[in-house]
Amino acid sequence: MADFNVMEDKLTNAQIAWRAAQDLADGSYVNLGIGFPEMIAKFQPEGREVTYHTENGVLGFGKAPAEGEEDWDLINAGKRAITLNAGASFFHHADSFSMVRGGHLDLAVLGAYQVGQNGDLANWSVGAKGVPAVGGAMDLVHGAKNVAVVTDHVTKKGAPKLLEACTLPLTGIACVTRVYTSLAVIDIRDGQFVLCEKLPQISMDQLQSVTGARLHVDGVVDDLIVPETL
Amino acid sequence: MTKIADTLRDAVADIPDGAQIMIGGFGGSGAPIELIHALIDRYRATGSPANVTVINNNAGNGATGIAAMIKAGMVTKMICSFPRSSNAEAFNTKYLAGEIDLELVPQGTLAERIRAAGAGIPAFYTPTSFGTDLAKGKHTAEFDGKMYVRERWLKADFALLKAHKGDHVGNLTYRLAGRNFNPLMAMAADHSIAQVTDLGPPGSIHPEHVITPGIFIDTMVEVPNPKQEEELVREGVVY
Repeated sequence: MADFNVMEDKLTNAQIAWRAAQDLADGSYVNLGIGFPEMIAKFQPEGREVTYHTENGVLGFGKAPAEGEEDWDLINAGKRAITLNAGASFFHHADSFSMVRGGHLDLAVLGAYQVGQNGDLANWSVGAKGVPAVGGAMDLVHGAKNVAVVTDHVTKKGAPKLLEACTLPLTGIACVTRVYTSLAVIDIRDGQFVLCEKLPQISMDQLQSVTGARLHVDGVVDDLIVPETL
Repeated sequence: MTKIADTLRDAVADIPDGAQIMIGGFGGSGAPIELIHALIDRYRATGSPANVTVINNNAGNGATGIAAMIKAGMVTKMICSFPRSSNAEAFNTKYLAGEIDLELVPQGTLAERIRAAGAGIPAFYTPTSFGTDLAKGKHTAEFDGKMYVRERWLKADFALLKAHKGDHVGNLTYRLAGRNFNPLMAMAADHSIAQVTDLGPPGSIHPEHVITPGIFIDTMVEVPNPKQEEELVREGVVY
C-alpha cells in the first residue's frame, strides 16, 4: 500500500463524476455547476429520471446539440448550447433562483478550491488581483437539500483541499454535505469529515496525510470502486 | 397613444447622460443587440448618453453589444454577477486600467433585487453571500435560527429588452431561454423599451400566453430577424 502515488494513481475527473452520478436519485431535481460537475450527467445511471435545472431559466434540458445544430437562444448557465427533454420549461431569473434558495432542488453539485470540515466552501475567488466574478455560486450553496462537491483531493501542487478551515474567500458557510474526491467519498456531519469510501489501494494513514483535517470513521469504510476505462 | 416607435433611433432617443440602464439577456440569449447598437450610434454622433451605468448579468462579450458600449467609452459602471466571460476583453481592459467601476452581485441576488424594485419592495433578506466578502458592511439578521443578509432593491431609469412576440399594448413573449432577466427588468425600470421580433395586431398573443403584461412596457420597436450576440462573437464582428 505504501506504493500508492496520490498524484498519479488518483481517480480522473470522469471517474469522480461517475461516482457522483451513482448517487443521483430517481425523480430528483438537480443543478450541476459549470465545468467539471456538468460531466456527472453523462454518467446518469439508466432507469433513473433526473430533471436538470440551469440558473438562466430552464428546467428539463438534455444533451448538447450536434455541431451546427445550435440555437444560441437555448443555452445553459455555462453559455453552452443545450437541447430540451419532453416536459421542459422556461422561466425568468427570479423564479429560477426561487427554485434554488426556496429549497426546491434536491441536489446541487459544485467544484471547489477548498472545503472546510464544517462544510464551508471556497470556490469563487483565489483572492488574486484581476477581475472578480461570482455568478450563481453563492446562491447555489443555499437551498438545495444536498450540496455536493466534486474535486481533486489535493491541489496540483499536492496541498490538501479538505481543511479544518478554508483560507480562500468563502462562497458559503457550512453548506456542503458530501465531497467526492479523487481518493475518497466524505460526508460532512456535525462539523466533521466522515469518511464513507476510499480507494482500496490507499492506506488510512496516507489518506489522512493528504487531508487537512481529521477524517472520522463512523462504521464501515467502503471501497471506492469505479470503472477503469473512463 | 401608441407605444410603438418607428425606428430604433427614436426608441432610444430619450436616454440621458448618467442614466442607469438595465439590459436584458444572459450571454447572447435575450440580448437586445439592435437597441444597444442604436444607443452606441447616438453616442458616437452626439456624445450622449455618456457616463451610463449598465446592469446586466455579464459585462459584454466580444466586440458587439455591451462590449461595444464599453469600448466606445460611454459606460462608467457595470453592475453584474459575472464580468469574467471568455471574451470579456473590453471590460477587463477598462477595469484593470481603473476606467470603469464594478459592483459585483451574486446572480440570484441580482435577479431578486431587480424583481423587488419592480414589486415595490425596498429591501429583503437572503441567505446568499452570508459570511462572505460580498456581505461585508451589509446588515444581517437571524430568522428561525438561520442568518440572512439584507439587500436593497435595484432600480433603473431605462431598460433595454428583447422580446419575441409583442402586441400593440406591450404584452410580450420571449424566445426559448431568452426570457432570463428581461421580464424582471421590464418591471424595475422607469421606462422600459423592448425590441420585438414579431410585433402583431391586437389579440395576436393569447392572454394565457402573455409573459410580460403591457403595463410594464413603455416603448416597442419591431426588429425582424434580430442578430444573435453569440453568432456575432463567433463571426468576429466588431461594432
